[in-house]
Amino acid sequence: MHPFKYIAPENIDQVLNLLSEYGERARLLAGGTDILVQTRTGRFDLDALIDLKHIAETTKLILGLESLVLGAAVPCYQIYENPEIVANYPGITDAASLIGGIQIQSRASLGGNLCNSTPSADGICPLIVHNSTANIVGPNGPKSIPVAAFCTGPGKNILAKGEFLVSINIPTPKSGFGSAYERFIPRNEMDIAVAGVASSIQLSDDGNTIEAARIALAAVGPTPIVAETSNQFLIGKQPSEESFYEAAELAASAASPIDDMRGDIEFRQKLVNVLTRRTLNTALKRARSN
Amino acid sequence: MTEIDSVSKIIVKTTINQENMELLISPHQSLLEMLREVAGLTGTKEGCNDGNCGACTVNLDGRIVDSCLVLGAETEGKSIETIEGIAKDGGNLHPLQQAFLEEAALQCGICTPGFLVSAKALLEKEPNPDEQRIRLWLAGNLCRCTGYDKIIRAVQKVAEDNN
Repeated sequence: MHPFKYIAPENIDQVLNLLSEYGERARLLAGGTDILVQTRTGRFDLDALIDLKHIAETTKLILGLESLVLGAAVPCYQIYENPEIVANYPGITDAASLIGGIQIQSRASLGGNLCNSTPSADGICPLIVHNSTANIVGPNGPKSIPVAAFCTGPGKNILAKGEFLVSINIPTPKSGFGSAYERFIPRNEMDIAVAGVASSIQLSDDGNTIEAARIALAAVGPTPIVAETSNQFLIGKQPSEESFYEAAELAASAASPIDDMRGDIEFRQKLVNVLTRRTLNTALKRARSN
Repeated sequence: MTEIDSVSKIIVKTTINQENMELLISPHQSLLEMLREVAGLTGTKEGCNDGNCGACTVNLDGRIVDSCLVLGAETEGKSIETIEGIAKDGGNLHPLQQAFLEEAALQCGICTPGFLVSAKALLEKEPNPDEQRIRLWLAGNLCRCTGYDKIIRAVQKVAEDNN
């Protein structure tokens, strides 16, 4: 491993200066559960790792009226140990509770999961179905983009040179909202998703109609996939076995998985179908109790 | 193999097993390397060195972490507990250590320090976890010898004694 410096800046401007100084020779460190493995295995040759855990904006977790602002370096346990987040952001809580084991959840952040941009990331699809936006800063100032538009390929994202993710905004759900994330792995814990599905449902005020639905698919394409045809189909429908079945069929055809050691194409499409129905049913249950 | 280090070493001030320490480390060294190679605390084991096996588990400011996935430099000002800090009072074993012996919850022993540090953190947080909770909590610790049942039984035994 190439020896690198450890730098712990205390504000965003210092990070931007360091990124401009080091360019490709530096990476950012949040939980470290991906980046330290990647530097050790030679994926990056770095001169510096820049720790984001001494900066207010990247380490804060603010439950505001409009949204939950989740700093890019906030570790998973801070999500599932917060009763208010558990109650209002169930799909995100699902993901934070199943990424790695307890040791990983002590460190790993959803911001890091997003920036690592692997297709199998458990944290990204729940953020998508919660309509989250990524708050980015760079040499040209701050900007916000939907998390759904963040990933551009396996391990690739829209972050340009000198830019970094500061935080994620997750809108505060209205009543009648529910979400869920489930993945399939051959073991019970500690594995990479063969396929994963996040779903969210917004029920109408009378609870009889789906006002909006969002379904996002993990590990079945080069990036997390938004199952747009399913989302459109469910608008105005009554939540039922039949409508969920149809939405799941549409989601399975939106998937474009590869064959690999974890599963073949047909298996992954089948998984998407089953997981879509399951997460829709869980999201519905949660929407009705919210 | 001696690694030629082009980056200057740094001093990290940290508390290990309630003892204040100043350690001279390379900034790219992991907490695991800092503990074993600099502090001489070799009770913490290296298994996979990539966050899968949990053999290197230590307690960092009250949270269990894989010490291979933390930089030593990140522990400035923090408090670390390793397997060496678990038995207290002049050599009396911790109840979990005693239970691991009585239940034969180890064979080769490489995973044992990690399991003990993890299990201790669970019981401090939740004194009476059920079997499922124990298995879930310990999912980040792998054992290739015992088949887990004996480990789970040892932790359950201590949990029951907490009742």
